[in-house]
Amino acid sequence: MSYCVSTKRMDEILKVLQKDYRIYAPVRFEKRGRYSDTDLIRYAEINSIEDVVYDEKSHFSPKEVIYPITQALFYFTEDEYRESKVDDKKILIFARSCDINGFRRLDTIFLKNGGAEDIYYKRLREKVKFILMECKESWDSCFCVSMGSNKTDNYSLAVRFDGDNILVEVKDHEFINLFANEREVEFTPEFVTSNPTKVNIPEIDSQELLEKIYNLEMWESYNSRCISCGACSAVCITCSCFNTLDIIYTENGRVGERRRVQTSCMHEDFTTMAGGWSFRKTAGERMRFRTLHKIYDYKVRFKDENMCVGCGRCEERCPKLISFSSTINRLYDEVEKLKKGEVSRTREQAPSTEEGK
Amino acid sequence: MSENIMLPHPHKIIDIIPETEDVYTFRVETSAKVKHGQFFQVSIPKIGEAPISVSSMGENWVELTIRKVGKLTNEIFNLKPGDKIFMRGPYGNSFPIEEFKGKHLVVIAGGTGVAPVRSFLKYFYENPNEIKSLYFIAGFRDEKNILFKEDLKNFRTRFNTIYTLDRNIIEGFEVGLVTEHIKKIPFNSFEDYNVVIVGPHVMMHFAALECLKNGVSEEKIWVSFERRMSCGVGKCGHCKINETYVCLEGPVFNYTKAKNLLD
Repeated sequence: MSYCVSTKRMDEILKVLQKDYRIYAPVRFEKRGRYSDTDLIRYAEINSIEDVVYDEKSHFSPKEVIYPITQALFYFTEDEYRESKVDDKKILIFARSCDINGFRRLDTIFLKNGGAEDIYYKRLREKVKFILMECKESWDSCFCVSMGSNKTDNYSLAVRFDGDNILVEVKDHEFINLFANEREVEFTPEFVTSNPTKVNIPEIDSQELLEKIYNLEMWESYNSRCISCGACSAVCITCSCFNTLDIIYTENGRVGERRRVQTSCMHEDFTTMAGGWSFRKTAGERMRFRTLHKIYDYKVRFKDENMCVGCGRCEERCPKLISFSSTINRLYDEVEKLKKGEVSRTREQAPSTEEGK
Repeated sequence: MSENIMLPHPHKIIDIIPETEDVYTFRVETSAKVKHGQFFQVSIPKIGEAPISVSSMGENWVELTIRKVGKLTNEIFNLKPGDKIFMRGPYGNSFPIEEFKGKHLVVIAGGTGVAPVRSFLKYFYENPNEIKSLYFIAGFRDEKNILFKEDLKNFRTRFNTIYTLDRNIIEGFEVGLVTEHIKKIPFNSFEDYNVVIVGPHVMMHFAALECLKNGVSEEKIWVSFERRMSCGVGKCGHCKINETYVCLEGPVFNYTKAKNLLD
């Protein structure tokens, strides 16, 4: 069933929903953007439908609603520890198709990988229902169609912002009564079917080819370009890696907590072990790892889909303007060359830095 | 609510055995069923957590051999017998001991890499009839860094042993890296055997190559990987190589798999 609801009425409905739900949506934080005088759009709890930024792409993904950047796992006192708690409220998230599909990737890691469920993720995840925000059109950096994540039917409500009105499809019976007095209309959300940016996913079908890919010279170009800041992972809906960190409260050194803090495989110390040995020492090696994880090995492991959903936030957020879609296409071209037996520049073939000078 | 896999449990330290100046073995009370080669996530609340492999096990205890290298391990070294240490696990797969039985076994270990192989070496020391022969090459940097001196002495009596130091010359020890001594193993005379290699990343790489050069086939070689981990259960991402999680599919890998794990 679908309805046409005025913005004012939608606000009243949100107020009712707020009794049971925390409602999250992309929200504008004025003058908090990356450059002076620019705004930041990221997910936050809303109080009014007017808070929702629906006509711009959010800089951050909704993952932090249920997988916070930093999250207490336990509180320690001298002789006991206590598991952290969450409140009883359920969660509604205004999200786009790519992000809703992205949550499925997070579910795979946190709930399925290794067979054990992560309760910190699960206890928030099982509270979540999605309000699909229809994408009127694709933004320049989006490549959701190439990644097959432009569509979803995993939502309770779907909305189209239409001037002073909002069209709402209600799929979840829980919410039907809220809209009982509204004007029924014909509305089902539309999905973008093409993006300005397209990627070709290389088909890697042998260990021999994979080894050649590892030695491609293209990765070295990221050594000077990438600054290993991890901004790409911070905004990625599907990046799930974390560190655990114990802290002692400054006010009382005998009390503290174990936290989980999001991290990135792009950080220099991501693979560093006690004693200092690192497995991926250069930015290029880390870029190779991240690229293959997003468009190759996640799919090898879990079969269904690639990890990347093509939201394009990583390249918009990269301070060095590294485009992930270009990286994928660049890799595709190199792989095609390798498959055709054409000479592709590999680390062995390329002149060393010293020789090149 | 399902069980909290991140939840550590307190365990009593029964004994602390200094191995070297900065490596101690901690014997910890536990009823956990542990397999040779597995590891625990070991922690001290308010300090931190790290994966530590089991170096020996017995009725209601395990031993963890720990080098003092960082914030957590510095703090662990301040603990006394009777104190509590926090652990969760055991995690990971294990050495295929059943497959080793009835065959010849070659174990090549370097430095703290001796710790993860020590538990099954002790098993075969106690049960020498379960194995045709055992060749054990152990390498240490210098005299100060020799671990498990008592065990090494015992192993000499039942195994074919080559102990070596990188540089020092002392009685009972050869000189040089473990790789230089692999050619002494009579692989040609074995009808069926397995090789276990554990140590620093570079050492495992070159020791495996040396074994291959001496005619060992890839599927006979087993290695154990050491990786940074924050969870040990396939969530944190640190130990992932290609599509493989060392905490889940490892730390023990057959070389046919290990050689394809590209960082």
